[in-house]
Amino acid sequence: MSATIEIRGLVKHFGPIKAVDGLTFDVSEGEVLGFLGPNGAGKSTTMKMATGFLTPTAGTVRVAGHDVGEDPVAAKSVLGYLPEGAPAYPDMTPLGFLRFIGEIRGLVGGALEQRIAEVVRRVHLEGIMRQPIETLSKGYKRRVGLAQALLHDPKVLIMDEPTDGLDPNQKHEVRSLIHEMGRSKAIVLSTHILEEVEAVCTRAIIITKGRIVFDGKPEELESQAPPSVTKNRLDWVFRKLTGGEKHPEPQLSAVGGRL
Amino acid sequence: MRKVFTILKRELAGYFATPVAYVFIVIFLLLSGFFTFQLGDFYNDGNGQATLSGFFNWHPWLYLFLIPALSMRLWAEERKQGTIELLMTLPITLPQAVLGKFLAAWLFAGVALALTFPMWITVNYLGDPDNGTIAAGFLGSLLMSGGFLAIGSCVSALTKNQVIAFVLSVSICLVFLMTGFTPVIGIFSGWLPAAVIEAIASFSFLTHFDGLAKGLIEARDLVFFASLIGLALYANTLLLELKKAD
Repeated sequence: MSATIEIRGLVKHFGPIKAVDGLTFDVSEGEVLGFLGPNGAGKSTTMKMATGFLTPTAGTVRVAGHDVGEDPVAAKSVLGYLPEGAPAYPDMTPLGFLRFIGEIRGLVGGALEQRIAEVVRRVHLEGIMRQPIETLSKGYKRRVGLAQALLHDPKVLIMDEPTDGLDPNQKHEVRSLIHEMGRSKAIVLSTHILEEVEAVCTRAIIITKGRIVFDGKPEELESQAPPSVTKNRLDWVFRKLTGGEKHPEPQLSAVGGRL
Repeated sequence: MRKVFTILKRELAGYFATPVAYVFIVIFLLLSGFFTFQLGDFYNDGNGQATLSGFFNWHPWLYLFLIPALSMRLWAEERKQGTIELLMTLPITLPQAVLGKFLAAWLFAGVALALTFPMWITVNYLGDPDNGTIAAGFLGSLLMSGGFLAIGSCVSALTKNQVIAFVLSVSICLVFLMTGFTPVIGIFSGWLPAAVIEAIASFSFLTHFDGLAKGLIEARDLVFFASLIGLALYANTLLLELKKAD
């Protein structure tokens, strides 16, 4: 079976800055890919190109067989996307917002209401559906964004920091949701939280300065740390790969790595 | 088309979810009343006729400030809120999004214009006006508001700052008014050939609106506003395509 997301030689330049410098990878159904990297490594830029928001300088993205550059509407209709910061129209209510997204995605009448009820149940939006989005807490806003991305039950799900701003309980719920959905979808999520990769991802890609420096299973990532490192082994590997520190001191990273 | 309608519906609901709609309509009605009755000499137009020309003559100047206030948010707000990323990753095309937003704003301006109907009733109560002329005036006014809106929408796509969008739109619309404003034409008539002046004036809203306000529905005026709206919205689409992200 061919991969659900195929990224080939993806390059993005912003003026003289090479934000993404030749990425090539596939994501198949059943995979949950954790996309890691320091701030400014090109994670969001890659996701924006994969979802058709940004036009790549070079390279192609295919989503479920549709070329994002050539047939954007077809690619976008099989794709669910949670952009960074989960933007939503502040003066709308979650109900109005989800109805709008659903109608744009071709859902109508009973099918639309049924899908809304389903995602509301899954991300726990009960009770706030008629409150303007601008009055909601950060955690609820994030979940409204998730609901929007899941509404049409997409085959491909791309999420830019899906658990950012959630409290530990909500993080746990969203992670179990992702884990559960991962069996039948191709999922890409970016995160700063290394434990999240261990918890939900079947595969991790680390990029730095727009290039892939690691692509493999989360366990393989951890095994790259020498046995002398006993605490925060993932942090150690992450910093080694992304050049954060030449000789990272595991003892010192205990605080920073948890963020 | 269904997607255009969905965008239109959301936009229109957005106007009424905030005080924007009410403030705009009330100010528009108050100002158009004030200009017509106080400055337009509605009761004493010099030849004792019942007309709405004193009402329509103010519309270009009223629109100059009110329409950019309506159009400034169209795209600038999407950029500011980051919702442009959401909108542009939904399965719609750019022209559908541009058209949906524009039509919502135009429909809204049309509602504000339609709410001036007591003016029509008043003039019919007071005298015996030419209602065909008045209908042409309303049509002209609606078309002109579409022209202002299309320019405003295009400018709004350039920036995430609504104040910049407003000031730029007013300035550009002012140019489109001034090129047909008699005192301005007078300045140039001394040293530019008549053909050049006529060509410049033919790009003015005033030139094309005047005919309609007088009751003359001419193809060239309709074509002017239609092609202006078409061109501005096309430019709007191109601008968004070129700089979606920042």
